[in-house]
Amino acid sequence: MKIHEYQAKAILCRYGVSVPAGIACFSVEEAVLAAEKLAGDRWVVKAQIYAGGRGKAGGVKLAKSVAEVRQFAEAMLFAPLVTHQTGPQGRIVHRLYIEQGVEISHEYYLALVVDRAMQCVSLIASEAGGMDIEQVAAGTPEKIHKIRIDPLTGLSPQDAEKIVCEINLPELCRSAAITMLGELYRAFDENDASLLEINPLIVTPDNRLIALDAKINFDDNALFRHPEIAALRDPDEEDPLEVEASKYGLSYIPLDGDIGCLVNGAGLAMATMDIIKLYGGNPANFLDVGGGATVEKVTEAFKLMLKNPDLQAILVNIFGGIMRCDVIAEGVVAAAREVELAVPLIVRLEGTSVELGKKILAESGLTVISAGNMADAARKVVDAAARHRAEAAIREG
Amino acid sequence: MAILIDRHTRVITQGITGKTGQFHTRQCREYAFGKDCFVAGVNPKKAGEDFEGIPVFATVEEAKRMTGATVSVIYVPPAYAAAAIDEAVEAGLDLVICITEGIPVRDMLRTRARMHGKKTLLIGPNCPGIITPGELKIGIMPGIIHQPGRIGVVSRSGTLTYEAVAQLSELGLGQSTCIGIGGDPINGLKHKDVLKLFNEDSRTDAVLMVGEIGGTDEEECARWVKAYMKKPVVGFIAGTTAPPGKRMGHAGAIIAGGKGTAQEKIEVMEACGIRVTRNPAEMGKLLKSMI
Repeated sequence: MKIHEYQAKAILCRYGVSVPAGIACFSVEEAVLAAEKLAGDRWVVKAQIYAGGRGKAGGVKLAKSVAEVRQFAEAMLFAPLVTHQTGPQGRIVHRLYIEQGVEISHEYYLALVVDRAMQCVSLIASEAGGMDIEQVAAGTPEKIHKIRIDPLTGLSPQDAEKIVCEINLPELCRSAAITMLGELYRAFDENDASLLEINPLIVTPDNRLIALDAKINFDDNALFRHPEIAALRDPDEEDPLEVEASKYGLSYIPLDGDIGCLVNGAGLAMATMDIIKLYGGNPANFLDVGGGATVEKVTEAFKLMLKNPDLQAILVNIFGGIMRCDVIAEGVVAAAREVELAVPLIVRLEGTSVELGKKILAESGLTVISAGNMADAARKVVDAAARHRAEAAIREG
Repeated sequence: MAILIDRHTRVITQGITGKTGQFHTRQCREYAFGKDCFVAGVNPKKAGEDFEGIPVFATVEEAKRMTGATVSVIYVPPAYAAAAIDEAVEAGLDLVICITEGIPVRDMLRTRARMHGKKTLLIGPNCPGIITPGELKIGIMPGIIHQPGRIGVVSRSGTLTYEAVAQLSELGLGQSTCIGIGGDPINGLKHKDVLKLFNEDSRTDAVLMVGEIGGTDEEECARWVKAYMKKPVVGFIAGTTAPPGKRMGHAGAIIAGGKGTAQEKIEVMEACGIRVTRNPAEMGKLLKSMI
């Protein structure tokens, strides 16, 4: 789960990390009041969306007067912000963060991340802060320093000191930086974070360390023990269909194709998308109904797919293990009746109770195209989608 | 013997009194030699009771001492599952299979670190388990699709593994052992570890390896295969069409920071001598063509 920058900074504050004074705002008036309250002669107006790359996309502006704060807030609020991480449609900005301007003498990069390859949490630091860290890693890998943290003993002061020296922090800041790194790891660990990134961490001309930006992602599996973090979830930032799906225990991700697929198991669901593409079609979604699909879940899954106006056909690919094919077949029949299915439906069933499942479909009176294996299913659904699209074009003249 | 488990293995079920644990213990007992193999359950609150004749003990240590079991399977809920793995490791079991899905990463990081230097091997978490067809099934896979034979199968996924196994069985290619290593970022045995075991196993002739987007396990395994593997390996990687930055169901199946794409994995695997099909319907066919 992700949270906004201002929320991440509030968490860091609790661990003694310095951040610029700032106020989160939901309207232009609030932004103006915030600037007046924060005092000073420079403010930063920052669009609060989950995606990165805001600076380059015009989502972070330096205002030199309260009038400019108003002007930037008016331009940003409720307008889409398109960054390299949002996709071409961008994200609508619903919240702003107004911060006091801070003088910068150097920018650094810091991150804590779950490192799969090392099976630990790694601390990553660089003296090339403020930039896209992936570009730094590609162009000047020698500027990236990494330390693996033992989960049982935590970040040692020796390791923290080593990395502080490696990124050439001014000597006057080093002792504070070592303390800060220890606290950052504690914040990461205690809150079940999966990523904690400060880019940039800055040093001011008077040698203070300040987190100018902050990003924290959390492990979804651990949210049950952090209700206060789960409560920060911002529905405006999430795909409404994904949210709807998660209510029913479905894992659903919309894509830009026209063939809906309903599959049990994430690996098989990906493989089903892959084979549709391989046979010349385009998957409209990833949809894993999970291990315990019920008639209700299957019905909801159909409703989700049918919300896509481009949908031309549906492929149901089920390999029954614990899940019995007859249960899925009953779900499909009930769902197809309830939603008045107007696109061709291809069903491939295999595994536990497959014969009974096929019988239920055959006797249902539904027009179901049944497929024997994955290749057959993919071929049939790609054909059916193309035919359905052509027929619709003819009807429309 | 196949790898890791056979008809002589004795198994403890941790979480035997829960609904899932009961359902699958029953299914596993009905498969091949399962009746002889599942000898103990663990639940501190129900010690002294039994589940359909299987005695329930207070601790894994006691269950091991009283029955001689060396392997455990875990169906404990996510909040307690890592502690259940710790207990099995402390008791000195040879192998722990953790089926539980949704364990916090922080718990698994600590558990993995505590396992360092211990002899216990871990399969999972968030996995279907392990089966040596015709002998013993420990996990939630449908036993019926498997056939005893000489092909090793290793995969990060559940139902996609069943798909692969069914294709093999359909072509008359039985399996020595099939292992689902699970879809979590922090886990036990990796593809590479399982291939090492298959390489040494006199009853395995070739291996089908099924991977997916996310992480670099498949690449590491491929490099090991190139250097050491004596048997043919074929593969499939799921997620060629998956968009970056989106978690595809499994916690570990995500293309992050431009890393972990299917294309990248396929290229490394092919460069290391693994034959890879882009078509998930042809995994069995490709393997057949190699032997």
